[in-house]
Amino acid sequence: MLTYVIRRLLWAVVLFVAVTMVTYMIFYVIPANPARLACGQRATAECITNAEHRLGLNRPIPVQYALFLKRLVIDRSLGRSFTNRQDVTQTILNAAPVTASLVFGGAILWMLMALPIGILSALRPRSLLDRAATIFVLFGISVPVVWIGLVLQYTIGYRLGWFPNAGYCDFINPEATATCGGPVDWAYHLVLPWITFALLFAAIYVRMIRANVMDTLGEDYVRTARAKGAPEQQVMRNHVLRNALLPVVTMLGMDIGIALGGAIFTEYIFGLPGLGRLAVQALETFDLPMIQGVVVFSTLCIIVFNVMVDVAYAFIDPRIRLN
Amino acid sequence: MTHLLEVEDLKTYFKTDDGIVKAVDGVSFTLDEGKTLGIVGESGSGKSVTCLTIMGLNPKRSATSEGRALYRGEDLLHASPSRLREIRGNDIAMIFQDPMTSLNPVHKIGAQIVEGILLHKDVSRKEAKSRALEALKEVGIPRAERRIDDYPHQFSGGMRQRVMIAMALVNEPSILIADEPTTALDVTTQAQILDLMHKLQRDYGTAIVMITHDLGVVAEIADEVVVMYAARVAEKAPVNELFEHPLHPYTWGLLGSLPRLESDIDRLVQIPGTPPSLLSPPRGCRFNPRCPYVFDRCKKELPELVASPAFPEHLQACYLDDATKQREADRTLAAFAGEAT
Repeated sequence: MLTYVIRRLLWAVVLFVAVTMVTYMIFYVIPANPARLACGQRATAECITNAEHRLGLNRPIPVQYALFLKRLVIDRSLGRSFTNRQDVTQTILNAAPVTASLVFGGAILWMLMALPIGILSALRPRSLLDRAATIFVLFGISVPVVWIGLVLQYTIGYRLGWFPNAGYCDFINPEATATCGGPVDWAYHLVLPWITFALLFAAIYVRMIRANVMDTLGEDYVRTARAKGAPEQQVMRNHVLRNALLPVVTMLGMDIGIALGGAIFTEYIFGLPGLGRLAVQALETFDLPMIQGVVVFSTLCIIVFNVMVDVAYAFIDPRIRLN
Repeated sequence: MTHLLEVEDLKTYFKTDDGIVKAVDGVSFTLDEGKTLGIVGESGSGKSVTCLTIMGLNPKRSATSEGRALYRGEDLLHASPSRLREIRGNDIAMIFQDPMTSLNPVHKIGAQIVEGILLHKDVSRKEAKSRALEALKEVGIPRAERRIDDYPHQFSGGMRQRVMIAMALVNEPSILIADEPTTALDVTTQAQILDLMHKLQRDYGTAIVMITHDLGVVAEIADEVVVMYAARVAEKAPVNELFEHPLHPYTWGLLGSLPRLESDIDRLVQIPGTPPSLLSPPRGCRFNPRCPYVFDRCKKELPELVASPAFPEHLQACYLDDATKQREADRTLAAFAGEAT
């Protein structure tokens, strides 16, 4: 167990350095000059020199990267934004709960859809339900998220007026200036984003769960369980689902980890101030510290969720040991 | 006298996209208390499906069955699902070909045996576990007290088959159906498993249906043998009678292809051709396209099982005259014995 933790931490460090370094390199490969941008349209040479100095852009790239690492490790800070000099750490910590609300709520929603549909259509292949599920899967996988979002906004949000089309309310502790807040407002504003975000994943998971359950139903040990005289319900619970859902746990952990870095389309359409929107804004303004901040945060999420998947796996599958 | 198990004109058909597969097409046999019946045949001859049908384990969606399978006089084909569940694992237990995949990888072997006990016996979990432990000791799992909490992947193939046997016998069923239980094991382990089954049969008086394609296994363990070919019974006889007076050309072929350690022949005799498709079996006797003795009638009429005049318990389905059969059987056996000496 200890060796596993140490090895995992070392890998995390390697991965982290690799990802941030690549971000730096890509940033300097693309033809952009944040200092010039900072000085506006009629930038004077003096202003640009000043800005370069202020932003640390006049130093060699490796030194800049080293400074970034030093700041992160020693000061625990991701630096300040190039464009508005705000603290990156704070900005990210403000945006992260929005994305997390969207992702976790969405994950619950897509599992609530995918589990029953996937299992039932595996139990009754070629039935009406199974065929309907297939159409749902095809639809969910082929239709762009943006289109779904816009259609939901127009129909449910605008024509029917059931749910708001944009905006975000804090779950707890809304700011004094906020017009809404609390769990009810929070959920009310997130219904459409959740559906939009969950649909693609629901489709993918229906397909995966159906295939896994069908595979497992054909396993010899399921026949053994029936030969013991177990009723079908018990066969499903004890023998089929446990084995069929093992790979789903992995997928779920990885998908959540990745999505926490920002659900760009959904956040953009519904005006949610999450990490995805933050990343897009930072990219548009060549705001390296902010980009780097989002990258660092999502890398962290992916690493953490992968470890969680590993640990969870060791608990639910006895064939796997953490070393 | 009622038999323990009486299968009569059993038919099982599967609906497939290509048509109807007649996997079992009129099979009859009986099994008495404490006896062993061997069912021999090639892959796809319907021997496994016969037993799955008796157990009611065929996929409901695609399989239909006719005929009768009487367990102590009760027809299993028409029993309710809940009655079948009562019988499965309690009165009739089954073990399968591949012990590597027949146990659930995510449950401890003890828990899997306990599940089988609790389904049928009204005992506490603790009592069930101590019975499971007893069963594991009985089948020769070393250090059973510790191994009861191990998972299937921590056992070798032979040990897993022992676990399967323990699981099947823990409720002391009157019939054990063993579907090629030694096929996936290496030769020395095969012998151990057969010995174990023999010993348990002596101790508990369990009747065994042994499905196999290995005549050696049959010779060792069976009292009576059913030879199946293409979903039908070709020949049925007490084991000694079958090996002394085989009456069906297919049985001769099987005997001829049996390897013998003592002999140094270069090549085993093989049955030419391949088993027929059960989607559209040949007209007449199903063995006729591969039979060296085929004549006109074989291609037109489907032979029924009839008793041999010399030995009424010996049934066979072949139109050859008795003299020819006698001659050819003797020739096969002579070749067999001649090479053996």
